[in-house]
Amino acid sequence: MDEHTTPGFALLDATPDHARLVLAGDWVQGRNPGRFQTLQAQLRLSHPRRLTVEGAALGEWDSLLPAFLLQCVDYCREQRIELDIRDIPEGVSRLLAVSTAVIPHQQPQRPRTSIVQLLRPARLLRNLAGELSESLAFLGEVTLAVLRLLSGRATTRLSDFRDYCYQAGPDAFAIISLTSVLVGMILAYLGAVQLRQFGAEIYVADLVVIGTLREMGVLMTAVVMAGRTGAAYAAQLGSMQSNDEIDAIVTMGISPVEFLVLPRMLALIAIMPLLTLYADLLGMLGGAAVAGSMGISWTQYLAQAEDALSFTHLGVGLLKSLVFAALIAVAGCRSGINSGRSSAAVGQAATEAVVTAIVYLIVADAAINILFQQVGI
Amino acid sequence: MSAAADTEAQIEVRELTMAYGSLVIQRDLNFIVKRGDIFVIMGGSGCGKSTLLKHLLGLLAPATGDILYSGRSFVHATADQQQAMRQRWGITYQSGGLFSAMTLAENISLPLQLYTRYRPAEIRDIVAYKLALVGLAGYQSYYPAQISGGMRKRAALARAIALDPDILFFDEPSAGLDPISSSLLDELISQLQQSLGATVVMVTHELPSIFAIATNSVYLDNSTRTMIDYGDPRHLRDHSKQPVVRQFLNRSAAAHEEQS
Repeated sequence: MDEHTTPGFALLDATPDHARLVLAGDWVQGRNPGRFQTLQAQLRLSHPRRLTVEGAALGEWDSLLPAFLLQCVDYCREQRIELDIRDIPEGVSRLLAVSTAVIPHQQPQRPRTSIVQLLRPARLLRNLAGELSESLAFLGEVTLAVLRLLSGRATTRLSDFRDYCYQAGPDAFAIISLTSVLVGMILAYLGAVQLRQFGAEIYVADLVVIGTLREMGVLMTAVVMAGRTGAAYAAQLGSMQSNDEIDAIVTMGISPVEFLVLPRMLALIAIMPLLTLYADLLGMLGGAAVAGSMGISWTQYLAQAEDALSFTHLGVGLLKSLVFAALIAVAGCRSGINSGRSSAAVGQAATEAVVTAIVYLIVADAAINILFQQVGI
Repeated sequence: MSAAADTEAQIEVRELTMAYGSLVIQRDLNFIVKRGDIFVIMGGSGCGKSTLLKHLLGLLAPATGDILYSGRSFVHATADQQQAMRQRWGITYQSGGLFSAMTLAENISLPLQLYTRYRPAEIRDIVAYKLALVGLAGYQSYYPAQISGGMRKRAALARAIALDPDILFFDEPSAGLDPISSSLLDELISQLQQSLGATVVMVTHELPSIFAIATNSVYLDNSTRTMIDYGDPRHLRDHSKQPVVRQFLNRSAAAHEEQS
């Protein structure tokens, strides 16, 4: 046990004219002297015109005492109660003087948002519309920048393009290999199990070839690139924002879109079809391996796969890869350029980049599939 | 350039109000920066000094008012005209603003490649010369992250003077530097200003810097949200009518108590 005396306060002799607040004991942590709210309730009842604080019986104190008295001073100022503080330890009165020297900042009243408001459909739609129009505006800027690049007037550096190609391409081989082989195997396995019921296992070859070329190869590559490269773009541009680099670019008279976005986007557009081809190849091999292990002979499988293989399917996949690459780059760069200047904001930008990129990918994929189905490709 | 042009206002701020949405940062700013001035924007923390600089640079648009460079409106100029004006400026940012993915040499060559017709070999020579000017000779192939904070500030200065600008803007050039580095930087700024004949606008609250090199200044007040004094800081230190300004420049709390 420590030998502190019990701290506390009492409001004495309360009349409408005057009241005494007596403080006593050791105001230190763990001793619970009571909170200001209790006193406030008592003051509100008696509502004296003058208040005298007497601290002669105070012992030791830590931050509790000045914190209590500061609330007291603020309340009295607000209620126009005349306050007279006597006999409190010198340190406390000095701390109190310093902490009351600057008038408390009045926070502007912000409208409260409840969960219901957040979920309001009108608001959601408005946000979505705003998001969409901002994305379109950014896409417009990028298009103008591409036109300027074609006319040779853009400030895009070839060396940047080369570096980003390297970052997006060879560095991504390992993870693309892993995902595409596994997805090919999954596709074959699922198909084989279902098709066996009809004695049609041999069509696994069609399923794997067409599924990989048109859909899974390019989509898996795009998802991996959104997480790898899209997030990296957002983080790079976001930290450039917080380091004043983007301001420096603007005041140097360089368009950030030409200088920062174009090389990244073009690099991704150049690399994605190659990665997709690679992923397609590995995906089909993975599928073949599973088919082989499920009792379909290699010669049969290869013959069937050759029938299914066509340049149309390959072309559809490659076309998608170009669109996806542009979408990933736009989502990543836009989140990065619009990022705030704190380290937390850079993290948010990276998250936002991946989330928007994946949404864009799925929506674009569905749209392209519907379009091609209507046209009959 | 004629003698009359030498004393003309290089930068003129007219009735400028700056705001983020409905939150007014500063209002009714009116001041003139003369050619050849070292002009200091001072004021307590959070009063809007850097925001004012961003308005001068055109990174933020004013709520109302106008900013004129050599008598021509910057706010109402087209993007191309603004760009033409900006090419005559050199700017260093609070955190340097050097491109972290480029070496110092690449950082300094970039404006030269963009806006001059020097040949690559000539650009290399100019880069070496600009780095030598700021005492960083031989650091061409270093990245900004590989050098110290003070060196980064000087490298940013080298990039700012790459195009021999008419106006130099500095956002807290000596913040975070030790007293010796910061006085060396002041001296460097003042020497460059004299030899380039440039006008300098800087945001700072480092008193030694202010008294060492400033020729004119404006004080932005945090509580009234406008400028409350304007003039040579050495004069304002003793003769300002505003107690807050005297207190700021004398680094004391005396005037504050007097006021309250």
